[in-house]
Amino acid sequence: MNYVIIGNSAAAVGTISGIREIDSTGKITVISDEKYHTYSRPLISYWLEGKVSDKNIYYRPADFYEKNGVETILGKKVMKIDTAKKCVVLDDGLSVPYDKLMVATGSKPFVPPMNGLEKTNYHTFMSYDSVKAIRSELREGMKVLIIGAGLIGLKAAEALSAYKTDITVVDMADRILPSILDERAGLKMQKHIESKGVKFILKTSAEEFSEHKAKLKNGEEVDFDMLIVAVGVRPNTELVADAGGKVERGIITDMTLKTSLDDIYAAGDCTVSYDASSDTEKILALLPNAYMQGEVAGRNMAGREFYYVNAIPMNAIGFFGLHIISAGSYDGEEYVTETENTYKKLVFRDNTLKGYILMGDVARAGIYTSMIKERIDLGDVDIEMLKDKPQMMMFGKERREEKLGGIIK
Amino acid sequence: MAVNYNNPLFEVIRNPDRCIKCRVCERQCANEVHKYDADLDKMIANEQGCVDCQRCVCLCPTNALKIRPNENQFRPNGNWSMQLMDEVYKQAGSGGVLLSAMGNPQNYPVYWDKILLNASQVTNPPIDPLREPMETKTFLGKKSQKISYDKDGKAHFEKTPYLELDVPIMFSAMSFGSISKNAHESLARAATALGTYYNTGEGGLHRDFYQYGKNTIVQVASGRFGVFKGYLDAGAAVEIKMGQGAKPGIGGHLPGMKVNEEISRTRMIPMGADAISPAPHHDIYSIEDLRQLVNSLKEATGGEKPIIVKIAAVHNVAAIASGIARSGADIIAIDGFRGGTGAAPTRIRDNVGIPIELALASVDSRLRDEGIRNDVSIVAAGSMRSAADVVKAIALGADAVYIATSALMAMGCHLCRSCNTGKCNWGIATQRADLVKRLNPDIAAERLINLVTAWNHEIKEIMGGMGINSIEALRGNRLMLRGVGLNQKELDILGIMHAGE
Amino acid sequence: MKKVYVNEDWCLACHLCEYYCAAANSGKDLIKAFKYSDKKPVPRIKVEEGSEVNFAVQCRHCEGKPCVKGCIAGALSIVDGVVVCDENKCVGCYTCVLSCPFGCIVIDEEGHRIQKCDLCTKNHNGEPACVQGCPNKAIVFEER
Repeated sequence: MNYVIIGNSAAAVGTISGIREIDSTGKITVISDEKYHTYSRPLISYWLEGKVSDKNIYYRPADFYEKNGVETILGKKVMKIDTAKKCVVLDDGLSVPYDKLMVATGSKPFVPPMNGLEKTNYHTFMSYDSVKAIRSELREGMKVLIIGAGLIGLKAAEALSAYKTDITVVDMADRILPSILDERAGLKMQKHIESKGVKFILKTSAEEFSEHKAKLKNGEEVDFDMLIVAVGVRPNTELVADAGGKVERGIITDMTLKTSLDDIYAAGDCTVSYDASSDTEKILALLPNAYMQGEVAGRNMAGREFYYVNAIPMNAIGFFGLHIISAGSYDGEEYVTETENTYKKLVFRDNTLKGYILMGDVARAGIYTSMIKERIDLGDVDIEMLKDKPQMMMFGKERREEKLGGIIK
Repeated sequence: MAVNYNNPLFEVIRNPDRCIKCRVCERQCANEVHKYDADLDKMIANEQGCVDCQRCVCLCPTNALKIRPNENQFRPNGNWSMQLMDEVYKQAGSGGVLLSAMGNPQNYPVYWDKILLNASQVTNPPIDPLREPMETKTFLGKKSQKISYDKDGKAHFEKTPYLELDVPIMFSAMSFGSISKNAHESLARAATALGTYYNTGEGGLHRDFYQYGKNTIVQVASGRFGVFKGYLDAGAAVEIKMGQGAKPGIGGHLPGMKVNEEISRTRMIPMGADAISPAPHHDIYSIEDLRQLVNSLKEATGGEKPIIVKIAAVHNVAAIASGIARSGADIIAIDGFRGGTGAAPTRIRDNVGIPIELALASVDSRLRDEGIRNDVSIVAAGSMRSAADVVKAIALGADAVYIATSALMAMGCHLCRSCNTGKCNWGIATQRADLVKRLNPDIAAERLINLVTAWNHEIKEIMGGMGINSIEALRGNRLMLRGVGLNQKELDILGIMHAGE
Repeated sequence: MKKVYVNEDWCLACHLCEYYCAAANSGKDLIKAFKYSDKKPVPRIKVEEGSEVNFAVQCRHCEGKPCVKGCIAGALSIVDGVVVCDENKCVGCYTCVLSCPFGCIVIDEEGHRIQKCDLCTKNHNGEPACVQGCPNKAIVFEER
């Protein structure tokens, strides 16, 4: 069997692992337009901050490809999937044949059209190369303007603050981190980040850029030495779309992670996933999701039949020492408690836990996550204990024995 | 606040260089002696409740604790000991009878410690138990004496019920109620593994333990708690409890607060009701009455199970034993005044009864003199502290011994003698669920097995040294014993010569 | 594979397992670890106390291994079935805390990265310290 994987990040590594569980001899080729050994994309902000060394940014040990019998074609871009000839065509004209193909192309930074943006030397914050470029231009005391107060923008802000820079973050939304936090939690986090010297200008966007200045729609003007655009990302779906595969907001797959095209699978940020917590289809651009999709797809590519289910949105992240873990969806009956340093919201619907936000004290959050994924009926748990803190005590003896005595499915 | 006349009996000594404030002492003390004070960030102690059970000392992971007798002194007085004064204060405060637990702790002579054993030299050489067979198997019951021959000349022996012991040691009666279910399970499992017997005491047999029936002696006491046909059938022998060494002449009292659902079901009494065992059996006022009960129990069990009659060692024990031997009982158990109890009035425990050594010797002699020694086996009880005590007891005339205090100690008991409080920190003498679970039968049964196995090894070694290779040959072999520091009367009663003779 | 299991019937909530675990993984004895360290070491086993039952929970080294699959830094890996953490690689994002269905990934005493039970394979304890230290055999190390 001849496997080809387009992409070299978490979904690709998951795919390799999935294939090798079943098929230890088939040929695996990884093709990526980035020239690096597989590295961890979420670590780029830690690298920029100086918390992760050049050596530790790699997602897997140096001998990973060798140990798994993987050939790599790095620094070359796949231009086309030829489904008739069952091969992919590279930017240098070379074609690589496949029996089973994995499209793990991830996403690219979304840069919306903005007046005068072309006059600036703006950066995105998405790849090892992008942070290397930022690093090479960074000087202490620089004025940095970040467009976007989401996860990427704020991770960038945290990393850059290590260089004593003067940071301003602008976002159209009325609060920060709207994708993972509610209003109260967002405000709490905003205050925390502000206390570290980062300025926010919300509910507005850039009207026009000149080389070192942004004019905002609310009339304010912000000078900058460095501009970072972190508005969002868009999945890389073109290869599959051009080959005639079904694509909506992302690549559409079935539960086995196969696309609508024969022998072609997709996993990771480029795909649409089914969110079990809200019963909706959405892009779950999360590293754990990418890896696990890749793993399931890999097993299926090697001839088995596994299904990828129970995916939910979830995030663990921290800014300037304040940690957040959140998961699930937030439509339902709420239970909220708050102290000076912590925030907790639990959301219940259909007699199950549907979502939660923990800030400050995140200990044992995974117990809540598993309750959402497994849709555990609240009739089977002690609600007061559930509200108090994540704990195994809230489950009945039987479920506890099943869980602690053995295996999680 | 009223003046507290009673001083704490003990002091908690905490080594601050070793204490890591893990609070295990606090969590493990049912008497609430230890406490973590968050304001001081320090462990503190309220010693008033300390009974010196040593649970905290044993559990402390850094050996930071010592419990010592309180150094505080009343003005020394040869007549009025501190303990006596303390008891006066207690009773002046409570107006009640003083209660105690476990065996008589007073400083009476321990005859075991005044008896020495013999060993072979040159002639009749010693036996090495590691190389040669050494029999510790013992049979309890009436020794068959009637032999008849059929017309073919084949011999027929009178069939009598008996108990077969792989070791000459049994666990004596402790009721479910006085000790916990886990303690019972530990004893039952250990007896089964050792090939010996444990005794239900007067509290009935928990339904979970019928499976250990062939290693169980079921007791019938004056309260008749938990006694029914199924119970009698479940055991290997039935014991009629006439008395107990720790409290001769009085009955028992399990307070209603200990009578939880399990105990209520096992004892067949209402939950929360006091379980009172009367001092006498109300149907026994003579040996003839006793004989009726013995016969009733034999009839109820089809004559297949030996009947044991247990009495406390009291002044005229020999005459009583003689009567019991004639009542049809198969085994007499004699319980000396140092035997334990879950609760007894202090004055009774500390002043009534006689030492097992003297009682045993006089019973054995009396039955021999009367030619009825083979009609019964004798089981000695009431503080067998070591294998040496067991060997001496057998040489004085016992067929086997009962142990209980040392068995409790194997399970963790440190003889704090507070069983009556129901707050046993070792999970033995308590019914509080959180305390009971401290005794894991997997651990306790193994420790019991270890103890008895170790004693049995020692018994073999001592016997080997004497040139004796079976319990049978040791029984009543008083020539193997010599007294030291005993007067002639004591030597006469014990039936032994003085050392050097 | 031999794993650590806890029998609720025998757990006394004495918390000794937590202390033995923390000390064993700090490489110090109990007294040094808890009396003479700037920060008290954090145990990788957690005792939950209830009104009737108590039990300790630690990494199940479960089949699904969501912590390993979700680790953004490649710090968690599987060595002979045991999930181990390379503390040098962990960046303290706590994605594993989010993923662990048993709540068994703990945050270290500095609050910067995670630590987790590795069945005492990385210290020189031999049998897991929690198992050795349990006074009531509530914690066992066995094949099931």
